[in-house]
Amino acid sequence: MATHAEAVEHGHGPEAAHEALAHHFDNLEQQREAGALGMWVFIAQEVMFFGGLFLAYLIYRMKYPIAFQAASNHLNWRIGTFNTAVLITSSLTMALAVWATQVGKSRKVQVGFMAATLLLGFVFLGVKAYEYREKYVDGLIPIAGWFNPKPEILAHLPHGITVGQYQMFFWLYFAMTGLHALHMIIGACILLPIMWMAWRGRFSPEYHGPVENFGLYWHFVDIIWIFLFPLLYLLGAHFSAGH
Amino acid sequence: MSTNTTAAAGREWRSRFPTVNYLNADYGIKSWLLTKDHKRIAILYLISVTFFFAIGGAYAAAIRLELLTPMGDLMQSATYNKVFTHHGIMMVFFFLIPAIPGVLGNFLIPLMIGAKDMAFPKINLLSWYVFMAGGLLTFSALLFGGVDTGWTFYVPYSTNFSNTYVTLAGLGIFINGFSSILTGLNFIVTTHTMRAPGMTWFRLPLFVWSQYATALIMILGTPVIAITVLLLALERLAHVGIFDPALGGDPVLFQHMFWFYSHPAVYIMILPSMAVISELVATHTRKPVFGYSFVAFSSLAIAVFGFLVWGHHLFVSSQSVYAGMIFSLISFVVAIPSAVKVFNWTATMYKGSISYDTPMLYVFAFIGLFMIGGMTGMFLAALGFDIHVHDTYFVVAHFHYVMVGGTVMGYMGGLHNWWPKMTGRMYPEGWARFAALIIFVGFNLTFFPQFLLGYMGMPRRYHAYPAGEPMWQVLHVMSTGGATVLGIGLLIPAVYFIWSMRYGRFAPANPWPGTGLEWRTASPPPTENFLVTPVVTWEAYEYRPIEEMQVIGPGAPDQTVGGQHPANRGVETEER
Amino acid sequence: MQSIPIPNVSLPVPFSPEQASTFAPHVDALYVYLVTLTAFLTLAVSAAIVFFAVKYRRRQPDELPRPIAGSMVLELTWTIIPLMVAMTIFIWGASIYFKAYRAPQQAMEVYVVAKQWMWKFQHQTGQREINELHIPVGARVKLTMTTEDVIHSFYVPAFRIKQDVVPGRYLQTWFEATKTGKFYLFCAEYCGTNHSGMGGYIYVMEPAAYQQWLAGGSGAESAASQGQKLFQQRGCASCHQVEAGGQQGRGPTLYGIFGRQQQIEGDGAVTVDESYIRESILNPQAKTAAGFQNIMPTFQGQLSEEQILQLVAYVRSLAPAGQQPGAAAAGTQTTSGPTTGGVPPSQQRSNPLAPTGERQGSPAPQAPPAGNTGTTGNANRRP
Repeated sequence: MATHAEAVEHGHGPEAAHEALAHHFDNLEQQREAGALGMWVFIAQEVMFFGGLFLAYLIYRMKYPIAFQAASNHLNWRIGTFNTAVLITSSLTMALAVWATQVGKSRKVQVGFMAATLLLGFVFLGVKAYEYREKYVDGLIPIAGWFNPKPEILAHLPHGITVGQYQMFFWLYFAMTGLHALHMIIGACILLPIMWMAWRGRFSPEYHGPVENFGLYWHFVDIIWIFLFPLLYLLGAHFSAGH
Repeated sequence: MSTNTTAAAGREWRSRFPTVNYLNADYGIKSWLLTKDHKRIAILYLISVTFFFAIGGAYAAAIRLELLTPMGDLMQSATYNKVFTHHGIMMVFFFLIPAIPGVLGNFLIPLMIGAKDMAFPKINLLSWYVFMAGGLLTFSALLFGGVDTGWTFYVPYSTNFSNTYVTLAGLGIFINGFSSILTGLNFIVTTHTMRAPGMTWFRLPLFVWSQYATALIMILGTPVIAITVLLLALERLAHVGIFDPALGGDPVLFQHMFWFYSHPAVYIMILPSMAVISELVATHTRKPVFGYSFVAFSSLAIAVFGFLVWGHHLFVSSQSVYAGMIFSLISFVVAIPSAVKVFNWTATMYKGSISYDTPMLYVFAFIGLFMIGGMTGMFLAALGFDIHVHDTYFVVAHFHYVMVGGTVMGYMGGLHNWWPKMTGRMYPEGWARFAALIIFVGFNLTFFPQFLLGYMGMPRRYHAYPAGEPMWQVLHVMSTGGATVLGIGLLIPAVYFIWSMRYGRFAPANPWPGTGLEWRTASPPPTENFLVTPVVTWEAYEYRPIEEMQVIGPGAPDQTVGGQHPANRGVETEER
Repeated sequence: MQSIPIPNVSLPVPFSPEQASTFAPHVDALYVYLVTLTAFLTLAVSAAIVFFAVKYRRRQPDELPRPIAGSMVLELTWTIIPLMVAMTIFIWGASIYFKAYRAPQQAMEVYVVAKQWMWKFQHQTGQREINELHIPVGARVKLTMTTEDVIHSFYVPAFRIKQDVVPGRYLQTWFEATKTGKFYLFCAEYCGTNHSGMGGYIYVMEPAAYQQWLAGGSGAESAASQGQKLFQQRGCASCHQVEAGGQQGRGPTLYGIFGRQQQIEGDGAVTVDESYIRESILNPQAKTAAGFQNIMPTFQGQLSEEQILQLVAYVRSLAPAGQQPGAAAAGTQTTSGPTTGGVPPSQQRSNPLAPTGERQGSPAPQAPPAGNTGTTGNANRRP
């Protein structure tokens, strides 16, 4: 931007004819740069948002290690692993969708990759819903008055562990995965109009900012899960003696 | 409304301005509520923060009246608790945090860097709607019955004991947080990508540097308060136990998370005010700010160190002695960049051409009051001293010196300085100087006695105080008297600003004159700010004779003062 | 921290509460230093501004002063010197803090339980008080505090001490009164409707008068013996041995355990103090003693804060006679100073902050704080 040598005529230059260029930008390059930076700043904000929950998790895990290990055993790590694979694959298809728009593949290819991403996202959410239901059946919904673990779970409570500490784990589990799932749902809602734009042939090697930025968002949501999965499902639980 | 009358109304509205500009380019309520113009959004913010400020001020008046006597005789303690809570919530979340970024930041950043608008105009408008949604939601919580937790919402009182509308008010603050985040996002991206040709980082006005530092805090701090308030609401509604010791939770964790945002938030309030002061001191002494790069980087240093000092709010809250020492040490370090700024501003005046225009009077007030506010911050950062004055009126006085003496003085100064640019009209100088004096006197009379009260042991948030201490009452009466003067002082500008919008004399493009790009376009500016994209070939604050600091671009010679703008008559055709 | 001499002033500082503890002169000395510093700096900067504003006032409307970019020397000067001055404040403040939070080994122990909106005290000898605390002058008094509901803060301006009281944990503070009299006690952390009514008085008495006051208590049972009863009732004795040299039970022997380093399961050791005993009762698995199975049930929700404190007092008492920490007879040291009261005698209410003046002249030492009857909304924990 600062490299311009002389006064630029107000209004839009030759490339201004591009329908996607907003009135207040000088050119598409500036617009793309602003969009990408905006998404990175947004992601920085998201990191801090999740950071509060991660902090709470770490503090309570250190405070109640035994309760957290025991409670973690009620999560199904096989389903969790499957879901992780699903989500990573969806990140791959999203990356391919970005690539397809960048190199100008046909709109069918673009939309195809996006549809695959969306589908995998829904698979993930479906599995998550199934897991939530399992917790509901076992009485592990961490709301005062609802948290009534089944007798066999209570029978296996380690000594000296209060139900409150158990509830704390499930509360963090639901808050963290719930917030993550909410981000997935919001992502799906944003992906739909982008798919529509792709179908209308709006994206080209010159203009594909929305796809690229959505890709960043989707990968970010994926990375959050990459942290959640070991913290909640794996850490110190299933590989210790007895499981 | 029929087309004819709409057109007539439009003609009438347009005829009030000499030129086609952002104010009259379009008309009607819809053109304002759906605008994506950063300048109009700034005006929307101006109206809304003034509204919230008035509400917060009314609550302050109620507090001061109650404390006239030692007995809690004006209202019940439950009412009093709600009153000071509402005062805090309104002032902090809906005035101090959004005021300068929302009004002056939104208006000036694109103008100062030579851009046509913010990088994301729609997000900018969205941030105002989110702000209003949050503000009105919180306001409705106050109307339905109020909140009595204090603006700090300490658990477990707020989660398990208070029977008031904590969740609703919290939800409003949660939503309002997103407004702050969106504003910060826009500021950062705009500063990075929208600068005019030649506008390098070190040619940026210091206003932009400070707003940039503010935006960093908004982006990195606000999400933490958002999640904290969310946890608070969950804890309250579902009793999940995160802050409840009975379920294994830790109430002090809330304080850590709350202050991790709310201490940097103090810098969200004061940095924009420092931004304004840097501009004002240069403009009204006609000199470049002394030590430009030190002032610029001190803003960033404040933003960074500001994130590392939250624990100084917890010196008596069971934090370990060593944690206390580290937080205390860093708190002293963070005071240094603020001191550097004060010294640089003072040095800027040396051999300057100092005007006594109202904005400069606010600069004088700011420096003096901020000095006291900042130094008493050092009192509070001193661990052994804080034990005694923590949660007393000493703290109340300290942060009012910073927030009112700092933020409000900066805001008022900035409003006067850029009022000609925003509205195209001059404010009445005599009245404005008079009001500045009244505000300064009233402010000191209100808050200085509170330092003494605090050291004498008067705890904050007290509805009644011992009658056996006559000196306490004397000081409270002084404080209430001062608050009356301060209130009157603040009403005067409200009156003359409104008056000036219709009757003030027309403002020239560069009335002071100033060197920033915002002065190199018409007053008020056209919708896309400049007639041609400006190319910057001069350094920041490079003062030249007024003839060389005229409007950039063809067809817009400077307006003459006195209501006659012959040169601009022809511009009417440029309507977009 | 005795090695570092902390300055103190004993002259009365204007607009300050009475100096009635050993901390007060230190805090006041720091205050005087800070005020002087602030006055000097503010006046210096203000004087510079006024001088510049007059000397360099605008004389012609089109004046253009010569630009001055800045000066590295000046910038460094006003960065480094303030930093060094700030460090002096830091060190001074930190040394007072250190002293205030290091409770002495030998002190008179008082247990404090706060609740909305009253302070409940129990002396080791068993006497209980509400909103009033009688202590001897010249004795080190250590408070072990907790709360039944929200966060409160124990604040005595004349002693310059303050400590938040947080639910779910024990916090300690200590002081040594240097003057007899009656001093305000406030709650400094906002705690709900009647926050400003949650106050009382500290009565500092001559040791002889204090002993008399103690004797006047109607046959109070000591905290430790109340704890002993609980210990039996709750079946603690079935696992924990309390005699010296007895056979180890399923849980650790408690005789002489207080103040000792205890190895814990996993790694490390903890000092057995009030907080560790409390934690072991409420959350036994958190730090299990090494060599013992993790079989103790939790007593969370089954004991009141006062009962837990009594159990703690009992465990403390399980030690060879004369070695009990804090066993020093209260009030053995005296200071002979002027004995001016902190509060005018006309001020005879048990609660200085009762919302209305009605209670004046009706001293009711054991009465709960004057509640504002119209505002009971917060009296109970929400369901």
